[in-house]
Amino acid sequence: MTAVIETRGLSKKYGGRRGKWALTDCTLSIPAGHVVGLVGPNGAGKTTLLNLATGMLAPTSGSIEVLGSRPAATAAQLARFGFVAQDTPVYTGLSVEDHLRFGAHLNPGWDAAVAHRRIDQLDLDPRQKAGQLSGGQRAQLALTLAIAKRPELLILDEPIASLDPLARREFLQVLMEATAEHEISVVMSSHLVADLERISDYLIVLVSSQVRLAGETDDLLAAHHLLTGARCTVGDLPSGLQVLSESHTERQSTFLVRSAGADASPAELGGDWSVAAIGLEDLVLAYMGRTATAGPGRIPLEVTR
Amino acid sequence: MTWFTLRQFRGQAITAATVLAAFAILLATTGPRLVNDFRSSGLSACHLNCGALVTRFTSDIQNGGSTIYVFLFYAGIVVLYLVPALIGAFWGAPLIARELETGTYRLGWNQSVTRTRWALAKLAIVGLASMAAAGLLSLMISWWASPVDTAINYGGPNAHSGLTRIDPLVFGARGIVPIGYAALAFALGVTAGLLLRRTLPAMALTLAVFVAIQILVPTVVRPHIIPPDHATTALDAANIASLTVRNGGQMTVTGPVSRPGAWVISNQTITRSGQLFTGPATSACIGPNARACTSWLASKHLRQSLTYQPATRFWPLQWIETGLYLVLAAALGWLCVWRVRRRQA
Repeated sequence: MTAVIETRGLSKKYGGRRGKWALTDCTLSIPAGHVVGLVGPNGAGKTTLLNLATGMLAPTSGSIEVLGSRPAATAAQLARFGFVAQDTPVYTGLSVEDHLRFGAHLNPGWDAAVAHRRIDQLDLDPRQKAGQLSGGQRAQLALTLAIAKRPELLILDEPIASLDPLARREFLQVLMEATAEHEISVVMSSHLVADLERISDYLIVLVSSQVRLAGETDDLLAAHHLLTGARCTVGDLPSGLQVLSESHTERQSTFLVRSAGADASPAELGGDWSVAAIGLEDLVLAYMGRTATAGPGRIPLEVTR
Repeated sequence: MTWFTLRQFRGQAITAATVLAAFAILLATTGPRLVNDFRSSGLSACHLNCGALVTRFTSDIQNGGSTIYVFLFYAGIVVLYLVPALIGAFWGAPLIARELETGTYRLGWNQSVTRTRWALAKLAIVGLASMAAAGLLSLMISWWASPVDTAINYGGPNAHSGLTRIDPLVFGARGIVPIGYAALAFALGVTAGLLLRRTLPAMALTLAVFVAIQILVPTVVRPHIIPPDHATTALDAANIASLTVRNGGQMTVTGPVSRPGAWVISNQTITRSGQLFTGPATSACIGPNARACTSWLASKHLRQSLTYQPATRFWPLQWIETGLYLVLAAALGWLCVWRVRRRQA
């Protein structure tokens, strides 16, 4: 499988020489055919990464290729991916119908049938001005434009952050149907793991402008475990385990560990350890909680008694 | 991109077309009378000393139509100076600034159209519309005012009556320069919007810069586009246009100008050695004895130094200035495209 997004040492700094780094040394290879969740706290660099991927921004250093070429370099390259930008901008003065004509005129691969079917399903009045749509309807319109372009890759930047729970659910449903129907790869960012958990099968955790974790969700979940046993220190753990966090009570110690390979799976640990699987949300939170100074395998930061 | 640019421009285009149509009706209903009056005044057959015929023509206009023709003559000038400024502020400034302000550029830049084409289509279509609107308006007003302009060019009783069509006040409201003004104002607006990223400040900046250009070009640049003609002739002391004596005996004498239709840049009276004549006045010129003053002036052998652009330079100046504005507008347009391509969203 080829990569939909491939970055090497990708970095972006805003505001000249004394500016702030928004993304540092990001090396990623996102394979095709996934629904990728890009998660991280606000200000972690998610929007920066997606804007680099859509060619809205140019990298300060490093390189990025989307579907095998520099993003937005040519009209043909632009035709291959769809982008739903943050806050889902639409032309407030134009009607829904005008937006569809806009899509048709500006995209050679435009699928008018798909576009009109979606507008019908969403129960949108084609004559209505986009400025009068609700937040959820606007997001749906933006998504319709991106889908009817018939892209190979759909990039969405926090498309549902400002929507109410019902609109959120509907949006994700439409997105999933389209993904299944047209076999589109999806990269979608959110600061809420719960939203991504439902749809994504690949996860990237971005914290403080660095990629902390990337991989298929199932693999990531299989590689992480919670170990609970009698009170002890990190040194008492079997080798081959990377400790991400630890917590202690009077009698018990709990460690979140990542196993280096299948042979060192903590599931085979005998003795006094009880081994539990970890949920996606806890996993992401564990990575988000680690600060930039804690490199892989180091002593965790917070030890609570 | 063409369809979409036109769709976005539709509202503004309808407004402009309505205003143009209203103006066309107004001018078409009043214009033919000017043409008739001009024909019946006999001016078209006149070659020398047409002052009396000009007077008859101007009084004909004002008798029949009260002050409406005088009003329309000046209104036409005002409108043609105003329209390019409005085009810059209301078509140019929001063109890209509004997309940046509302975030819709993020929608536009992710369709299957490169930013270069996106920017070029907007600039070309709305830019050409700006030029067409200003050009049409100038065509209508220049046609309407042509009998008046021609009459003034013949020279009235006061040969240097000021408002010849090459005069700075009228020049920008005739012929093809309004097309250049509109193109430049539009390009200025787009550039300001792109740099300031907000519509209202961009509109204000556009107006300020364009007004500054409208003042600077006629006063500083235009007199030198083509080197003006000079003429130095002996001053006929018996035939001077004005004479003022200030307290302290400082004296200014101005000779008459008999260059019909010319734009007189300066008209000075100089002494035999070439210095500006400032007096001091003899008592004869302060008292009631005009003849004594005249003979005293005659004894000074004064000369009249005239700097002017003759009427025949109207079209060469029009072409050069229009070209200048179009080149500037094109340079700004190129800057805008470059900036859109480089812009970090």
